[in-house]
Amino acid sequence: MTGKQQAPAPSALRPAHIPRLPDFRNLGVMLRVLLLVNAAALFAAAVRSSRLVDLLPNITVVSSWLEAPLIASLLVLNVAAPFLLRMRYWSGLAAALVIAALIAVALCAVQREFGREVPGSDMLWHAAYAVAAGGVVAAYFRLRDRAFSPAIAEARLQALQARIRPHFLFNSLNAVLSLLRSDPRRAEGALEDLSELFRSLMAENRALTPLAEEISLTRQYLSLEQLRLGERLLVNWKIDPRAEMAMVPPLFLQPLVENAVYHGVEPGVGPGTVEIVTDVSGDSLHVVLTNPYKPDHQHRQGNRMALDNIRERLQLHFDVDARLDTHVAGDRFVISIVMPYRKETRKMRAAESGKAE
Amino acid sequence: MSSSPRGPLRILIVDDEQPARSRMRELLGDCRAEVPHLVVGEAGNGFEALEFIAGCDPDAAPTLLLADIHMPGMTGIELARHLQRLDVPPAVVFVTAHDQYAVAAFELNAVDYLLKPVRATRLATALKKIQSGPQPASDVFAKLDAQPRRHLSVAERGRILLVPVEDVLFMKAGQKYVALVTKEREYLVEDSLASLEEEFASLFLRIHRSTLVARRYVRGFERLAAGHAEAGAEGAADAEGAAAGNAEGWGVLLEGWKDPLPVSRRQWAQVKALVKS
Repeated sequence: MTGKQQAPAPSALRPAHIPRLPDFRNLGVMLRVLLLVNAAALFAAAVRSSRLVDLLPNITVVSSWLEAPLIASLLVLNVAAPFLLRMRYWSGLAAALVIAALIAVALCAVQREFGREVPGSDMLWHAAYAVAAGGVVAAYFRLRDRAFSPAIAEARLQALQARIRPHFLFNSLNAVLSLLRSDPRRAEGALEDLSELFRSLMAENRALTPLAEEISLTRQYLSLEQLRLGERLLVNWKIDPRAEMAMVPPLFLQPLVENAVYHGVEPGVGPGTVEIVTDVSGDSLHVVLTNPYKPDHQHRQGNRMALDNIRERLQLHFDVDARLDTHVAGDRFVISIVMPYRKETRKMRAAESGKAE
Repeated sequence: MSSSPRGPLRILIVDDEQPARSRMRELLGDCRAEVPHLVVGEAGNGFEALEFIAGCDPDAAPTLLLADIHMPGMTGIELARHLQRLDVPPAVVFVTAHDQYAVAAFELNAVDYLLKPVRATRLATALKKIQSGPQPASDVFAKLDAQPRRHLSVAERGRILLVPVEDVLFMKAGQKYVALVTKEREYLVEDSLASLEEEFASLFLRIHRSTLVARRYVRGFERLAAGHAEAGAEGAADAEGAAAGNAEGWGVLLEGWKDPLPVSRRQWAQVKALVKS
């Protein structure tokens, strides 16, 4: 179909749950309405025909009443589309239905002018048919909109995909530059870590990945941070081997650890420890991240935003099965995450390797 | 106001990241032929920088600080503000990886800054500018600061003393100076009470024309008997305090301070409302 309704960029930004009227300037929308209403009319004609022989004459009768108001309504809606789309959904819908009903009545009047017999009660029925047809069309478009919402969710995921702090990028580049003359080998390693980190950040892949990969990415990130922060950054990993196979949203761990370093370690003069603990209990995966906390460190803004970002991504992937909670325990800031423990299956791994080839 | 003495610049590198300091040393080495200078030392944060300067002979003290902005404990901008207490404050060029707010403030106030990673040519330009051009007035640094300082500074016998803001119980305006009162002792600073009130609005509360008290130390209120206020006003002989006392006013009780501080009638309604909330 030519007019496959696209999800245009602006619609990706609007929350998925706000319904909107179809855009009647779109050819695809008009074709869909024509087909849908004609199919409904065909069905009505079939119901009214007790014998097969009656079917064709019935269709002709129904069509003679139907096509003119239908096409006229579409033309008017086409012109009125900019105004309708600016209205709220329900008032827009009501306006569209009133337009259809008025046109049905008006065309009845025209036919009467030309000598066709149209009783007054029939005119009201025609208006009612028009409203009913309009209602069916509206319901169809709403269902369709809902079916399309995964595309919107995908667009949101894309927008939410973690972005690295410029602060980290430029400081890391500066640290690498400092090594170039004195320790070229270490500089090489650091640049390799940096490029792998950016490759992951820029990857289009938003399917779940094994936690083991997230962990190795986070280790690369931390080795870059240790390059510049030295002994001020201490890291303590406690990894449950079973957890490594868990499938997790890509880039959920590294941004949280980056946050922990930025808010918990960098503002302190002395050393600070970031601790990352993962374990599996039953069919859920727990990830607990802690970092030093001092109330007066919090003057660095932006912490909440990063957390909300990860929380929303967890929700888009796992819905209500995942949770991200934060609290302060003494002098530690604690982030605890629970998500369903989904193991990496062989099928997935095969698909992965198939993709790589 | 920094005078730029003849002779090569004496530079102190202040950055909390060791690799950043050694990178800056390399870059300075690269432009030494173009702009003669000496690197006199490195400091890992603002406190170390102030200590380093205090330990220098006046003739050997740094004349230029290359100071990172994001440093633990004290930002580079706060460091620059404390340096202004010196008789001959060194020039400061700020260095930052990414700090949109600070950069906007630098641009607005024509204060020079370097972006990391720094280029040797850009660094040489900055050094030349320091050698030749006039330095920004010392009050410019206050305009750069988006956040209240963590310390107040006092010059004592050529040294800069830092008073942590969180230790200050109350501030009291005198004839010429403002006294910062901590549990241990009193410091005189040159800042005006109005500017202190503005900077620390979230931490201090004005209770009187001449007094700001630290919100965190407020423990309660006490009705002051007529005449009592003068004793409680801690040497404040100004008319308003006495008047408030004579009219049987209220006094604020601070933790770690035995005498209540009189609240002026004009401030009483505000003080009551703010403390309640």
